[in-house]
This record gives sequence, C-alpha cells and structure tokens, in this order.
Amino acid sequence: MKRRKGTNENLMTKAGGELDDRFKLAGPARVLMNKVFPDHWSFLLGEIALFSFILLLLTGTFLALFFEPSMTHVTYEGSYVPLQGVGMSKAYESTLNISFEVRGGLIMRQMHHWASLLFMAAILVHMMRVFFTGAFRAPRETNWMIGILLFWLGFFNGFTGYSLPDDGLSGTGLRIAEGMTESVPFLGPWVSAALFGGAFPGDEVIARFYILHVFVLPLALLALITVHVGLVFAQKHTQWPGPGRTEHNVVGYRMFPNYVMKQVGFMLLVFGVVTAMSGLFQINPLWMFGPYEASVVSSGSQPDFYVMFMDGLIRLFPAWEFRVPPYFTLPAVFWPGIVGMGLSVLLPLLYPLLERRFTKDRGHHNLLQRPRDTPARTGLGVMVIVFWVIGVVSGGNDVFAQAFHISLNAMTWGGRIGIVVLPIVAYYLTYRFCLGLQQHDREVLAHGLETGILMRDPEGRFYEVHQPLVEPDERGHTELEYSGATVPKKMNRIGVLEPAQRGFFKSIEEPSDEDGRRDQIETGNKR
Amino acid sequence: MSADNDDNRPDEVDLSDPKLSRFEVYREGLRRDGIEILHYEPRYPKPGTKLEKRMERIVASLFFGSGLFATLFVAAYIFWPWEYDGAATWRDPRTWYTPILGITLGLSLLLIAFAVLTWAKKLLPVEELVQERHDGGSSSEDRRLAESTVDTVVDDMGLKRRPFLVKAALLGAAPLGLAAVAPLGGLIKDPGDMLTVTGWNGDKHNGGNPVRLMMKDGALVRPDMVSTGGQITVYPAIEGGATNEFASAPTLLIRLRAQDAEQLRENLYPMYQDVDAMWGDFVAYSKICTHVGCPTSLYEQQSQRLLCPCHQSQFNAIDNGAPIFGPATRHLPMLPLDVDDEGHFFAKSDFLVPPGPAFWNRPSLPEEDEQ
Ligand code: HEM
Ligand code: FES
Repeated sequence: MKRRKGTNENLMTKAGGELDDRFKLAGPARVLMNKVFPDHWSFLLGEIALFSFILLLLTGTFLALFFEPSMTHVTYEGSYVPLQGVGMSKAYESTLNISFEVRGGLIMRQMHHWASLLFMAAILVHMMRVFFTGAFRAPRETNWMIGILLFWLGFFNGFTGYSLPDDGLSGTGLRIAEGMTESVPFLGPWVSAALFGGAFPGDEVIARFYILHVFVLPLALLALITVHVGLVFAQKHTQWPGPGRTEHNVVGYRMFPNYVMKQVGFMLLVFGVVTAMSGLFQINPLWMFGPYEASVVSSGSQPDFYVMFMDGLIRLFPAWEFRVPPYFTLPAVFWPGIVGMGLSVLLPLLYPLLERRFTKDRGHHNLLQRPRDTPARTGLGVMVIVFWVIGVVSGGNDVFAQAFHISLNAMTWGGRIGIVVLPIVAYYLTYRFCLGLQQHDREVLAHGLETGILMRDPEGRFYEVHQPLVEPDERGHTELEYSGATVPKKMNRIGVLEPAQRGFFKSIEEPSDEDGRRDQIETGNKR
Repeated sequence: MSADNDDNRPDEVDLSDPKLSRFEVYREGLRRDGIEILHYEPRYPKPGTKLEKRMERIVASLFFGSGLFATLFVAAYIFWPWEYDGAATWRDPRTWYTPILGITLGLSLLLIAFAVLTWAKKLLPVEELVQERHDGGSSSEDRRLAESTVDTVVDDMGLKRRPFLVKAALLGAAPLGLAAVAPLGGLIKDPGDMLTVTGWNGDKHNGGNPVRLMMKDGALVRPDMVSTGGQITVYPAIEGGATNEFASAPTLLIRLRAQDAEQLRENLYPMYQDVDAMWGDFVAYSKICTHVGCPTSLYEQQSQRLLCPCHQSQFNAIDNGAPIFGPATRHLPMLPLDVDDEGHFFAKSDFLVPPGPAFWNRPSLPEEDEQ
C-alpha cells in the first residue's frame, strides 16, 4: 500500500513538472487555488443561473439533433393519434417526433424548458439580491449593466425558443410580437416585413429564429456570462460587514478545496432537481395545442412567466390611439409594448449611475448594505417588484377571473388602478418598515436582547428581562455602535439555548480534548 | 507586505531552509497571495472518532447510491418499454418511461450532490482566512509607465502630427463599416400591400372575380348552413385560402337573431350602409383582432359580444363590431356580403379598412372616428 502511494505522488509531481515546463502554471495555479471567497447563501443565486445555463446548452444540443427548423408543409403521420392526418409545418412535426418518437426525447424537451424557467427565475432573484444589498455600486456598475443585458438576452432567447415548435401557442405569441412590431411609427411595417420575409407568418421566421436561438443569442450570453463571472473574480466578491471585515479585505474560505467542492455539489443539486422535475411535471404539452393556424386560439393561452409581465402591461393599457386621419396612426400597443419594453431595458441599465447622481456617493464599496439601512432604495425596489407582479398577474387575468369567479372587467380595472396606486403604497410601507427595523436594531444595541422572561417587580409591575450584549453601565445601557452587520435578536444567536449534546437517540459526540485542538491550530497539522 | 504587520501574521520564511514543514511552505504561498489564516483546524480534532467514521460512511453510501441510480437510469433507458402507440393508459408501463428516467437520473444526481456537499461541509477542515483586497486601480508608478507607453505608440504613428492621415483613415473605414452590415439589406422587403390587401381581394387573388366564402375543408357556404344565433369561421375560397398564407383573411360569419339584425342595421356606419354590407340577418366580421392580431374567436350570443382571448378586448356584434372593453381601439372590419345565383355567399369586395393591428400609415376612414 505505502509504496504504491509513493509512486502516485511521484507521478503527480512529474506530470505537474511537465505541464509547468510548457505552460508555466505553478504561480497562477497557486494564486487560483488559494483565492479567498466570502460565504453567504445569497451569493449562490447567480450560480443557479449559471448552472441552469449549462444545462440549457447540454439539453439544447440534444434537441438540435432532431429538430427541423422548417416551415415546409407536411401531413402528420406519427403515433400521436389525435393529430394523425393533420397538416402542419415540419418544425411542429419534428417537435412532436422528439416527444413521441425519440427515445428519451420528451424528458430532454422538458428539461430544456424547465431549465429555461429556472434560468430566468434565478436571474431575477439574483438581480434582486444585487440590488437590495447595493452590490451594484462602484466599482461593480459594469457588472450590473452586463447583468441587465443578460436578463434581456435570456428573455429573447426564451421567446425565440418557445416560438420554434410552431404550435398553436407559439404562433399566437409570434402574432402578438408582430402586432407590436407593426406599431412602431414609420419603421414598423418594414421591420415586420424584414423579420417575416413578407406578410405574417410567411415561411421564413422559424429558420431565422432558429439561428438566433441556437447560435447568436447563446453565443452572446456565453460571452457576457464569461465576462460577468470573470469580473466577479477579478474585482473580488463583496462581503457582508462583520467582525474583522473591512473594505480592504475578503474574509472567507479558500477556492480549493472548499469553494470548488461546494460549487460542484450545488451544480449537481441544480441538475438533479431539474431532471427530477422534468420527469415528473409536464411542461408545454404542445401536442394539445395543435399546429399554428391564424384563425385558432384557445383562451387561457399564457406565455412563459418572464414574458407575462409584458403581456399584462399590454392588457392593462387603455385604448388610447392617436390618430390624424388619414395620414397617421399611433397604435395603443406602442406605449406598453415598445416604449414600456425600452424603458425596462434602459432604466435598470442606468440605475447605478442614477443612484450615484442622487446620493453623490462616488466611493468604492466592497461591503454590502442591509436593505433596512437604505430605505429609499429598498422602497424603490419593492415598488418595482409590486409593479412587476401586478403586470404578471394581469398577464393571466383571464385565468384568475375564471378560477376565482371574478369578472374579467373587474380584474382589468383592478389591475389598471392597482398598477398605479399599489407601487406607491408599497414604497411608503417599505420605507416605514425599514425605519422600524433600524430602530429595533438600535434598541437591542442599547438595551440588549429580549429574553422572553417576564418579571414582576415589588410594586407589581411586569417587565421583560433583557440580556445586554456587553457589560452595561450603571444605568443598564450599553454603548454599542451599529456597524451595518446583523444584530442578534434571539437568545440562541448568542449561543444560549443550544442543544448541549448532538445526536438523536444517543450522543454521537465524544468529549473533545481541548488541548489537542489548540495544538493543531498552532501547527496546522491535521494528523 | 504592509508595514502594519501584526504579530499573528507570519513573516517571510526562507524557502531554502530544509527544516521547513510542508505546512510552513504552504503558509508562505498564502502569505505571498496576501492571505492570512484566521482559523484552521481539522473538523474532527482526534482522527478516527466515531463521529468522523460515521460521516465517512454516510458520504460513501451517498456515492454508492448515486452509482446505483445512474445504473438504473441506463437500464431503464435501454430496457423499459417506451414506444408510444397512442392508446396508453397509466397501467401501461410505457406511460412511466419519462417519470422513471427523471426519478432515476434525478436521484442519482441529487445523491452525488449530497455526497460532495457533505464531504465539503462535514469533512473539510474548519477554516476562515482573510485576503487583502487591492481596490482602486494600479499604482501611480504603473499608471505612469502605461501612459508613457501609450504616448510613445501614438507618437510613433504620428496621430497628432498627421491629422490629414487620420481623417483619410476614418473616411476609408466608415464606408467599409457600412459595407459590412449592408448584406443585411437582403432581409429588406417592401411591405407593399401586405397589410392592406387580404385574400378577399378578387382582383388580386381571383382573376377579377369576387371571392366566395368557404369553410376550412373547402366547402362553399350557403345561408342555410348557419342556424339563427350561430356562427362559423370562413375563409376566402381561393387556392390556399384557409392556410396561414392568408393569415389576415379569416372571418367570422354570424347569423343574428332578427331583432339583433334590425338593431345592427340601424347602427350601421355609413360606409357599410353605402355598400350594403349585411345580407339578410347575416354579418361577417374580420376575425383578426384590431389590437395586435389574435383571432377574436369567442362569440357570446347572449350579450352579442365578440371576445378576444389574448388581451380580453370585447367588440359589440350589433354595433359594427365596435370595441367596448379592453385595449383594442378600432372596430372589427366588416366583410360586405352577398349571395350569388347558385346560393353561395361571396364577398362583394375586400374589407373597407385594413383588418388587424394598426400601423402608422394605416388608411383610416372618417367613419372610424365617430366611434
Ligand atoms: C445569465 C445570467 C446571469 C448569470 C449566469 C450570473 C452569474 C453570476 C455569478 C455566478 C455571480 C457570482 C456570485 C453571486 O454574487 O451571485 C454573479 C455576480 C453578480 N451579478 Fe450576475 N448573473 C447573471 C445575471 C445578472 C443580472 C441580471 C444582474 C443584474 C442586473 C447581475 C449582476 C451581478 C453583479 C453586480 C454581481 C457581483 C455581485 C457581488 O460581487 O456582490 N447578474 N453573477
Ligand atoms: S389581440 Fe385581441 S385583445 Fe390583444
């Protein structure tokens, strides 16, 4: 045993030497392996997006082996009985074939779709974490902007993707996109004719969307994701304030083995969850929608969730059309569809610069902020979230109306009023809530934790016992300054009330010998 | 590195010292990367304790489990019956093919994920390190060196001394940039009449003859085919008339109840009166929503409303198809109807205004503004 181990080590050294001779790796490899990463669960949200993107590339490549991006007319002869003999495009036929005729094709399709939904959801949540903690401040504005571009690239990659099968649902989405395109003054009809190769739907659009979906957009995503993650690496990750943490250091654990093992584990976890979901939960059963026909649509046809916001805005926007007959028309859909989308790209893109302008804060920041400490920004963020959620809900208002027996008109009017009023209410409430939380932090720092122990003094009054965080002065006050870090609010946060021994049925701990432990810290020797 | 070297930060060691332990060499590497160990100890102070052994067993069995499920996945992929034959019920093993693939592969991935994560969380040393962060650009020395390099390059090229050359280069490069994107012009197509003329235009699509109405299967439409209060979707009876080639042609033919037809006649816009667009109790509305073009396919007989499922625009069937709710702003164009000698419906002309979503130079008639 011993000897074999020795030879292995020699082999490693030898291989390393050969590599270093050629690529001069010793220095960079050490720097990479030693790099220190800060730890917090919210730093994993971006990773979920990254891992689902990898999954999208893998499953997408499989699908591309079987999908035919062609609008050539064929008659379906496959094994799905209800559609036998129906005329459809090759694109739809080949998608049906992936679902029914290709071994394991269905689960691949469903994995691709679930991964895309997870991708977009993870981007959104990641974006919220970056926003609410102020991680986008200098020097990381560039990465925020790249992030916004990633969201919109993902949005269009998703839209082109679910347009490809040319089924009833995707054709309806395309038709709406075409109507929006047409609405642009002066350019609209030309852009639409260029996109569809003439009148809608024509027979070019699937092939055009295909190259966008499998080449242009993923390539742009891949390039930007590389830069995005590269910048996180080069600029070093932000960290939460805490003992020993400053603007000029990073406290955490090493890239190797700790960080990398956790990342690999987490990636496999994301893969596993998506795979299991794709086996168990149906997504986009497009054989039920039939081929796209310009005259057929069913109610309750919803786009994927990240597009629903646009759909909701279009539903809510009032019928305001500007017309100078017979020369000029500005369709109502232009406002929510084109202007609305433009602003949702532009405003978030510029947000770091706008905030800089208002706060006049030009410094670099590597410590994160707690949302409660920036009530205005937090309020603004919640405002946007409320606006977005009302948009999404309105995008499915017919479904809600039916499920809850509300009249559709009431849903629409509720949405119209709500989308104007509720964000403002949300801003105000959030602002107050943040101030309240700040107040509570200061109280704990001054008086200590609430222990939940009620006492009665000799006069019969009740009071709650407080546990000061440090030795109090004679008036029971503690002079602790708020540092931007979490303030403990519960007794078990400061080590009280922890189970004395670990193990469920019987103790699995052996009494540790403190001295041995000391030794190892000093020498770092593990064995 | 920095002068404020506090006492727990190790000093530089002499790497040629043969007495150095591996850890001391390692720590020197960390030091050179600006890293300092705050805390570093084995997870289990005494090697080989019960707790540690237990953890190792758990991780090992997670790895084994993962392998087992991966094997099951491959076996199921190959041997489980999967070919869909159209009549499968849940008893049929074929319906379970996809769920079984998902469960086996999913579990395999989850188990190996937990194995790696447990290894990382429960067996790796407990550690906390701190690394210096050099924020805010390069040193002034580096900047000065870079500046002089750039300046030298600029000077070597003579960008300042030769303004004429710079202009000439720009004048040469700009058209070349244009030339690079010019081939995209291949996409450009004159929209022509694609938004204004539909399959109902007999001059363009039927050799100058009026176009008859047909059903999806090609059957021509006679008045007795629609019962009172009923409705059917009709297409221009031309080659490919019911296909997506004529995506703005689908039309809803409605047979109104007598009193409703009466009311519609009273409401009729002058342009529709002029061409006598209704035929008896029949009226035909474009099925393409004037909002952004979904098929307006729901007809509520009770309230005489046409509803578009996409964004819930509602149109009044007994008032020229005028919009009464939702985001749509224009009425559904009416197809002027008549019946020929053989008793078949035909369109007297194309729609009087373009159907479907609007565009900036859409020809609108004064009647539309009465709405
Ligand atoms: C394709 C989608 C995206 C991927 C794959 C991705 C991936 C990542 C990863 C892996 C990290 C490092 C870990 C973390 O802090 O979570 C990160 C950080 C970051 N991301 Fe993203 N991200 C995406 C989209 C976005 C979006 C939409 C935004 C915001 C608009 C954004 C802004 C940032 C910023 C500012 C950081 C630095 C955070 C810090 O250092 O505290 N990212 N991203
Ligand atoms: S397309 Fe009909 S309401 Fe929008």
